[in-house]
Amino acid sequence: MKVIADLAAQLPGATVEQQGNTFLVAVPKEKLHDAASMLRHNSKLQFDYLNDIIGLDNGDTLGVIYVLVATQFSAYTIRLKTETDDRENPEIDTVVDLWDSADLYEREVYDFFGIRFVNNPDMRRLFLRQDWVGYPLRKDYDADPELNPIPHEAEDLDKMEDLPSLEIDLNGARLEKHRQLFEKEDYVVNFGPQHPSTHGALHLRIALEGEIVKKVDPNFGYIHRGIEKMCEADTYPQILHLIDRMDYLSATIHRHGFCLAVEKGLQLETPERAHYIRTIIDELTRIASHLLGWGCMCNDMGAITAFIYGMRDREKIMDIFEQTCGGRLMANYSVIGGVMADIHPDFQKKVRAFVPYMRKMLKEHHILFTGNPIARGRMEGVGYLSKEKAISLGATGPTGRASGWSNDVRKIAPYAAYRHAEFAEMLRTDGLTFDRYVIRLDEIEESLKIIEQLVDNIPGGAYAAKTKAIIKLPEGEFHQRVEGSHGEFDVYINSRGEKYPYRVKFRSPCMTLVNTLKHIAVGTKVADLIMLGGSLDYVIPCIDR
Amino acid sequence: MFDFSIVTAWIDHFLRTYLDEGWALLVEFVLVGLVILTVYAVLALLLIYIERKICAFFQCRIGPNRVGPWGVFQSVADMVKILLKEIIKIDRADPLLFRIASFLVIIASICTFGAIPFDPALHAVNFNMGVFYLLAVSSLGVIGILLAGWSSNNKYTMIGAMRSGAQLISYELSCGLSLMSIVVLAGSMQLSEIVNQQAEMWFIFKGHIPACIAFLIYLIAGHAETNRGPFDLPEAESELTAGYHTEYSGIQFGFFYLAEYLNMFIIAAIASTMFLGGWMPLHIVGWEAFNGVMDMIPPVVWFFGKTFFCVFLALWIRWSFPRLRIDQLLSLEWKVLMPLALINILFMALCVM
Amino acid sequence: MEVKNSYIRNMKHEDFKDNEYLDAYVKELRASGLNIAVAKLDDLINWGRSNSVWPLVFGTSCCAIEFMSLAAARYDFSRFGWEVTRNSPRQADLIICCGTIVHKMAPVLKRLYDQLAEPKYVMAFGSCTIGGGPFKKSYHVVMGVNEVIPVDVYVPGCPPRPDAMIYGMMQLARKIKMQDFFKLPKQPHPNLALQNESNTQDNAEKENGLLHEAGNDAVIEQKKGGAQ
Repeated sequence: MKVIADLAAQLPGATVEQQGNTFLVAVPKEKLHDAASMLRHNSKLQFDYLNDIIGLDNGDTLGVIYVLVATQFSAYTIRLKTETDDRENPEIDTVVDLWDSADLYEREVYDFFGIRFVNNPDMRRLFLRQDWVGYPLRKDYDADPELNPIPHEAEDLDKMEDLPSLEIDLNGARLEKHRQLFEKEDYVVNFGPQHPSTHGALHLRIALEGEIVKKVDPNFGYIHRGIEKMCEADTYPQILHLIDRMDYLSATIHRHGFCLAVEKGLQLETPERAHYIRTIIDELTRIASHLLGWGCMCNDMGAITAFIYGMRDREKIMDIFEQTCGGRLMANYSVIGGVMADIHPDFQKKVRAFVPYMRKMLKEHHILFTGNPIARGRMEGVGYLSKEKAISLGATGPTGRASGWSNDVRKIAPYAAYRHAEFAEMLRTDGLTFDRYVIRLDEIEESLKIIEQLVDNIPGGAYAAKTKAIIKLPEGEFHQRVEGSHGEFDVYINSRGEKYPYRVKFRSPCMTLVNTLKHIAVGTKVADLIMLGGSLDYVIPCIDR
Repeated sequence: MFDFSIVTAWIDHFLRTYLDEGWALLVEFVLVGLVILTVYAVLALLLIYIERKICAFFQCRIGPNRVGPWGVFQSVADMVKILLKEIIKIDRADPLLFRIASFLVIIASICTFGAIPFDPALHAVNFNMGVFYLLAVSSLGVIGILLAGWSSNNKYTMIGAMRSGAQLISYELSCGLSLMSIVVLAGSMQLSEIVNQQAEMWFIFKGHIPACIAFLIYLIAGHAETNRGPFDLPEAESELTAGYHTEYSGIQFGFFYLAEYLNMFIIAAIASTMFLGGWMPLHIVGWEAFNGVMDMIPPVVWFFGKTFFCVFLALWIRWSFPRLRIDQLLSLEWKVLMPLALINILFMALCVM
Repeated sequence: MEVKNSYIRNMKHEDFKDNEYLDAYVKELRASGLNIAVAKLDDLINWGRSNSVWPLVFGTSCCAIEFMSLAAARYDFSRFGWEVTRNSPRQADLIICCGTIVHKMAPVLKRLYDQLAEPKYVMAFGSCTIGGGPFKKSYHVVMGVNEVIPVDVYVPGCPPRPDAMIYGMMQLARKIKMQDFFKLPKQPHPNLALQNESNTQDNAEKENGLLHEAGNDAVIEQKKGGAQ
């Protein structure tokens, strides 16, 4: 704690403010790169994990917030802020050279706010088409459908391969550069946006040499629905249903995260009963999501039967959800202050029956697939992700843990009822596809343990705290981290004291996973690329938002 | 015991009483062709239905059960639909090769189908080098697949075709070599002769361990030849959308679809003919009463029983294994199966001596 | 001829909801009167088509998971013969639009639709594809998939349950059964001219007639009924 405070005070031109575990550091934009590289490379404490980059339109200025975490002290975060008052040609130095994950984050900020990052070699738009007019998350964005009609033709591939960049060399000379993504003789294949194994509408452009992957370029935005912009015009309870539809596989977990962030802002005391129920529902969601991820990975490798088995067991969880929450996929359960309705009288009985069933089925899954010689042959020795790379890429969740990075938010910063349950954080060290595969099944076991401990001890009392009809968050910034089934999900709410948030940002765990795919798939075969995609288990609508 | 020689002899006699020698022969040729085509189509529909049903049972599902009793007409409905489906003209595809490809695949498969002895009397093409013919004709199909992949002007089909070229040509070797060890045992290449030699005992028992090894190798290599999981790399649904036939629609796709299922049947039929005695009933030397009972079952039933057993094995494997990677696939062939098959022939030769 | 041709096994005629509309549709179709032989052949073709609808695997978001549930053991759509999901649009009969269609995806969807071989059908699955759903206010979402391609069946819900899709597929099967294979294609509806133009549909496809009309009728219906 003191180390961080000292470090923050040493940053050039910085003003530091502390809020609990968070340090808010503001630096002028000229000093940004120096400050960032000091935080990244110093002798005392390296901030090696760039959690997120948040763009912000403050009205007269455009701001960028870098959320930094040192993996030694994962519970503390630094929010490095900078802003520029040039709205016409906003420019900020890039941090791509410091963190690998900054690549896509900076493109996202450029896409939404038009801030160009100097010296970033790839400044294409991330979600919207290259010919999109305007920057949608700016407050003065013109949403006239005339400006951006529904296009008739798919995007020009040449335009997608042209990487514009703005570079300023040491002498201060400005260079507008255009690079080509692929070489002329590359055999480039499109995977997606409509492809059976891209787990949603992901578009991968792949340069192949025979069967060997030379380069992967992910393209997003085929399911970009502008949720963050819509949030700015919705009240807090209305936002909840949009979150469900972002990462539909860990919907309840993400919704829970948003509720926690709002409750933090309101300083609302949530009843203990709600905490327990939310935690059980979260863990059930995690099991369902891992089962689906497991099934899809097996399906990607050609074992369709395994996929069906995964879905079959998932249906048991869907039954429990349906009975208590009323919805199958979209449980719509957590609300601000608690949960929507009390649990069904049969809930505990059903959950108790589910735990031994799932344990039995896990054994079957291991027999069917884990022990299969072909499956082992496919998974072992492929897709190595080192711990350092995982941290630098920000590959959280099971993927990072398979590489030995202890990043479970449930352990780092326990929320809800996790502090009442005993469970182990699953860690493996090899960082291979097989580890990423096994860790999901192991986490199902751990989740079952958590559920087992909590389900019998649900305390009585109210299931939700009373809230006002119109929820207004006090002025300020609120941040909440939760452990989604695919990785760390963060909610950032910037409130100006109104019933609508000023800016909402969700850290999508899946975006970094696709970025990881880009790095680890090089040199593997086409079949491996598909399998790696399955092993990373990303959900595209979560990225595109 | 009933066999089809009664029926065929009667037809032959009937035609010859009313027609000249030459005309009778011509009519017989046409009849045989028609029967083969019909049986081919009906078997394909049956196999598709069987696969869908068995796959469903492996996956805790029910499978087709709405169209007709137990859904037996499901594949008939599929056929009706696919016959009337539009055939799309592909821009910048090679029109001639694109059309020919699907026919090549199905012709190769029908030609092989004709040479299978279903019954002592139901054996359309009985060469004295039948095994050689089977291998030669069945490997024509790969040309169709390569052409399909190349002429579609599509990158997925191209990758699929290249994969299938590498795969089929490699596995052809161990396929042939494992059959050769049976030829060594039988001393003949004529299929009817091979089946007749198994009257006392099927080759898989007669040939001791080498025959068992050859049977296993043939099952694996043959399964790979049919392009079905875990060897379905040329199609690889999750990787190449539909592999070499991505661009085909309507009945042209139907041809590939039929050929895929019938190839599975053909491989199973050859396996049962060469190793499990074909239409020959199970005989055990010395157990005359038992042999008599076995002879009561018509040869056609024996043949289809054994073949469908092999088909079931193929489906079992198909629905429980994940797909191999191309390098694993090729190293399995060149580093394991082919050397094993070569050594196996040597062993077989020693056994026979 | 009666509506009895739209008989669907295991589901009673009264159990379907919008029978009046379909009755009128059938009456119009059968008005010209066909001779028995042709009608029988027609029935056979429609029997085949309605019982063998191979869907294209096309999922963009949440609804795709419900589609996967439908494929899995609990709901098991193989019972109806829909389990032959094709990944190549050339071989599929039906696009089930599972999930929101956004601006960037719209031309891709249109191209997929063009790549589908006739006869082809479209099912709008989930409220996003019907009219934008919860993303009505968004700047990047297409307000209903019918702005891009003609739709045959709408299945509401967010996401709809798998059972709802089974119901939708049965409706589609009924619609297919009512089609007249041998009847010459009609002139496109005057109201449609504008729509088709805006969709820049292939002329060849426009002439293909009936199936599109089935789809386009639904579009008109929706247009009349206003946005959902």
